[in-house]
Amino acid sequence: MNKDNQVLEELTSKEYEHGWTIDIETDSAPKGLNEGIIRFISAKKNEPEWLLEWRLKAYRQWTKMTEPKWPNVTYPPIDYQDLIYYSAPKQKVQPKNLEDVDPELIKTFEKLGISLTEQKRLTGVAVDAVIDSVSVATTYKTTLAELGIIFCSFSEAVKEHPELVKKYMGSVVPVNDNYFAALNSAVFTDGSFCYIPKGVRCPMELSTYFRINAANTGQFERTLIVADEGSYVSYLEGCTAPMRDENQLHAAVVEIYAMKDAQVKYSTVQNWYPGDKHGKGGIYNFVTKRGLCFGDGSKISWTQVETGSAITWKYPSCILKGDNSMGEFYSVAVTNNYQQADTGTKMIHIGKNTKSRIVSKGISAGHSQNSYRGQVKIMKRAENARNFSQCDSLLMGDKCGAHTFPYIDVENNSARIEHEATTSKIGEDQIFYCLQRGIDEESAVALIVNGYAKEVLNQLPMEFAVEAQKLLALTLEGSVG
Amino acid sequence: MNVSVNESNISSEIAQLIEKDLVLDIPGSSLRKEALEIFKRLGLPANKAEEYKDTPIARLLQKNFSFQSPSVRSTADPASFLIPSLEANVIVFINGHYSKENSRIISPDSEIAISSLADALAADDPVVLKHFAKHADFKVDALTAWNTAAWNEGLFLHIRKNQVTKPIIIHHIQDAVAGEVVTVSRNLLVVDGGSKTTLIEKFDSCGQANHFSNHVTEVVVAENAEANFYSIQNDNGNRYQYNLTQFYQLNNSRVNTYSFTLNGKMIRNNLQLLLDGEGIESHMFGLYLLDKDSLADNHTVVDHRKANSFSNELYKGIMDGNSKGVFNGKIYVRPNAQKTNAFQANRNILLTDKATVNTKPQLEIWADDVKCSHGCTTGQLDEEAMFYLRTRGISKDTARAMVLYAFAGEILDNVNHPELKHYLDQLVSERLHKNF
Amino acid sequence: MLTIKNLQAKIDGKQILTGVNLEVKAGEVHAIMGPNGSGKSTLASVLAGREEYEVTEGQVEFLGKNLLEMAPEERARDGVFLAFQYPVEIPGVSTINFMKTALNQIRVHRGQQPLDAVSFLKLMKEKMKLVEMDQSLLNRSLNEGFSGGEKKRNEIFQMAMLEPKLSILDETDSGLDIDALKIVANGVNKLRNKSNGVIVVTHYQRLLDYIIPDFVHVLYRGRIVKSGTKELALELEAKGYDWIKDELALA
Repeated sequence: MNKDNQVLEELTSKEYEHGWTIDIETDSAPKGLNEGIIRFISAKKNEPEWLLEWRLKAYRQWTKMTEPKWPNVTYPPIDYQDLIYYSAPKQKVQPKNLEDVDPELIKTFEKLGISLTEQKRLTGVAVDAVIDSVSVATTYKTTLAELGIIFCSFSEAVKEHPELVKKYMGSVVPVNDNYFAALNSAVFTDGSFCYIPKGVRCPMELSTYFRINAANTGQFERTLIVADEGSYVSYLEGCTAPMRDENQLHAAVVEIYAMKDAQVKYSTVQNWYPGDKHGKGGIYNFVTKRGLCFGDGSKISWTQVETGSAITWKYPSCILKGDNSMGEFYSVAVTNNYQQADTGTKMIHIGKNTKSRIVSKGISAGHSQNSYRGQVKIMKRAENARNFSQCDSLLMGDKCGAHTFPYIDVENNSARIEHEATTSKIGEDQIFYCLQRGIDEESAVALIVNGYAKEVLNQLPMEFAVEAQKLLALTLEGSVG
Repeated sequence: MNVSVNESNISSEIAQLIEKDLVLDIPGSSLRKEALEIFKRLGLPANKAEEYKDTPIARLLQKNFSFQSPSVRSTADPASFLIPSLEANVIVFINGHYSKENSRIISPDSEIAISSLADALAADDPVVLKHFAKHADFKVDALTAWNTAAWNEGLFLHIRKNQVTKPIIIHHIQDAVAGEVVTVSRNLLVVDGGSKTTLIEKFDSCGQANHFSNHVTEVVVAENAEANFYSIQNDNGNRYQYNLTQFYQLNNSRVNTYSFTLNGKMIRNNLQLLLDGEGIESHMFGLYLLDKDSLADNHTVVDHRKANSFSNELYKGIMDGNSKGVFNGKIYVRPNAQKTNAFQANRNILLTDKATVNTKPQLEIWADDVKCSHGCTTGQLDEEAMFYLRTRGISKDTARAMVLYAFAGEILDNVNHPELKHYLDQLVSERLHKNF
Repeated sequence: MLTIKNLQAKIDGKQILTGVNLEVKAGEVHAIMGPNGSGKSTLASVLAGREEYEVTEGQVEFLGKNLLEMAPEERARDGVFLAFQYPVEIPGVSTINFMKTALNQIRVHRGQQPLDAVSFLKLMKEKMKLVEMDQSLLNRSLNEGFSGGEKKRNEIFQMAMLEPKLSILDETDSGLDIDALKIVANGVNKLRNKSNGVIVVTHYQRLLDYIIPDFVHVLYRGRIVKSGTKELALELEAKGYDWIKDELALA
């Protein structure tokens, strides 16, 4: 066995660090999905009638839809009747403050490196934590409230700000947008809600941590961010799940609505359990993320570092409706072992002078398949639209695959579109150069990969960038092809 | 005439026509029957079919063709379509029929064996039996299945071992003066080891009625052989065409393809290269200059099956009027194809706000030690260059033609046959209304 | 030959020229100086007919014609030449073909016969010597891969070929080392004569050591705020532009 393969072996035998389960008594729905279950979820959450109706409508649409077959991924058919659609950590009373939160939960977050306690406040990050689809704690709420910023769990928003939820939920991702969005709309249990009022610049990063804990449970959370005129917010999302032999389903929806001159930056570090080295277990991550640059001069920027999940199906997109609006997509997607990722973005240019930028860096190792799929569409009326796309793939080892599927559709001649893509292996000369300077191979690879992904990592807020870099190194150190 | 717009109607109508003309118990008829069954099963691609999403071929055929009138013999004089200065073997087909009086073979049989495909099949020629319908996969594409089931006339060109031949030019002329014309034609070119040849397929047409051609060419390029392949599509505005050129390349072979699409109503070109050997070099160049309501859809596939090969592709397009350009380029690098270098670029200029372009470059890589890239750009005429030229006293029209000609010139520069280069240069210049 | 009256222009809604007045007579060399962003290059572009600029006010008369009504190529054919600050690269168009097209279209406009290939080449060789330009550049694509100095020399070479009546040199000295600067200035001086006017747009006095102006104007906030002779340029070099700003503030 040559050295390269040996290093690869080592890589593939790495254990998933976040793979422990916590014993929290859950309050679950029975398996299966029908209108009764949806009524159960809605009742559990004391929801108003209009929301139940909304869910039922989504469910009825979903039953008429079929799972998309076009992604470049394969998996055994999902038995949607064999899943649990509601699983809440059991708590006697709703926590009023952090002291009331189940200490086990606090421990969970500490293990994850997320402290909900005071010390975290020093770093200036407001956290909403969601375990098995239920928001368990939101920090920093009062400070934000003074600025008029609403940052709370989705359930709370339904109760406290029904007019906002009613107005914007489903306005960017319609109920019947796609199979998984419809499913989410029917059964979503919780998530985060955020509203930034006119002219307010949110002074801290807002953050949601998602964790799937219970077995056989689907997680269906929903995030809705509304940025009013001239506001700014940077939003972070982190995800982990324990090791389990069965595949678990995660079908989330994120909607961003940006009004005139508003800016929203949405960063994700996705580290769901990817399955073991034989491809057993892992999360099916079927996520719909879309931002609407509704107002003139608005901007939505997606940054994602995707290292986890057995299967990723995810296209954070921007609809550039307002004139002079701008969309960005920065992505690093790493796949290893038997992971499959089909991810990318859509930039739909509708308004005049709209701009978009796509930077995608794929890294495939092991037996994984990594696909970039993206669309840049310039509509007839989108005068002077600009797009630049760079999609690079790095291959490590000869058993993986890298695929690039860009669609570029231009209907306006004043558009200027540039798309570039490259595929190559990690540079042997670069590694040799490092080795010659006394750097060991694993560090060299980490160094080079981090350099390769730098343009994307640079987009992440500080604390996240460090975490993302560690994750990249962890997944790939030593995997020289 | 049947005016229903149901796509399945047109498929079954075509299937009936094929069936009607199918002669059983002659060489090759079992293959035709098999292909017909596949055509029946597949049907013409539906409007939403991924590979035909920008070219609704079933709808267009349904709408514009009756498929009832028998192909008429033409009296057209092909002289104006010939390339006068080119010293070549000339073969002329008019409305799908071989025109002996207009054809002229100058290469001896010791260099090139030329025969009709039907004769070669009837004679059990081992080379034909080995390759015919083995490369153009009729099991996945309905139009190829249609062709395989219903081809009317075709050529078998066999370049014998270690020969450097004069070019072969095949004129496909459709004369639609008397009415609708539909032709289904087929070629097989085998370039034996160590040989070098140039095949030019030139498509022209006259007449106002609609005309459709379904044309498939298979090209086998053996070890150390070289094939230069030109497709020149300069039809009048009513030609509909499906054109598949399937290459099969073996070790150390070399292929250069040049595609020029200057006109036509609906042109669908599938150019597919299967690189089944090591040390192969393939270059693909394409230029599409479209105006009015032309649609040109170039689908290319380069499939690297083995190690140490190189492919390079450059397609450029200028869209004027209401025209639509489509480019879909796939590069596959299979698990064994280490040390592959594969490059692709597609550049487009949109001249009007009614013209559109859809491009989809695709890389699918399963080997790690590779260098692959694709790039595509879409923009309008370079305003800065236009201004610069005009401040030097050059008129707007001339400046425009200069900038466009310079854009197209990158393709012409790669044409390595002097007479052809001269001819194509003229053709392109005229097309761009060059007046300097 | 050129009379500019109260010329005002804007781009993307931003007013750049706020009322330029200038008279250039045959045989004169005018230098237009000014701090960055004062509108120098805008003035040059407006005179050449760049379409992005919108003229909101004022007149420009050139040899009795309303210049502002003319297309860029018509201005060029009537003898307006702009040496670009950033000459444009045009891949695929050779310098030789470009120059031949331009010259012959101008000749036809002037009622002359187009030059045949032989006399054209002869003329080119002659003019190339003027700016010490390497002949190999002619077969290359226009300005593509040219160094900064080569591009600027190419501009002056074109000026020599087209024999304009009014030449506008837009920051021709920028990015040139002293040797290249001398070559370029020398070329311009050789082309100077009694019937031609020259406008030299520059930020620094340096170029004016080699191309001696008859008049120097200071452009500030879109209009000419001070005019003088070549001594004004030396004063500007010594004191910078601030004293003019101060003077204006006082006035």
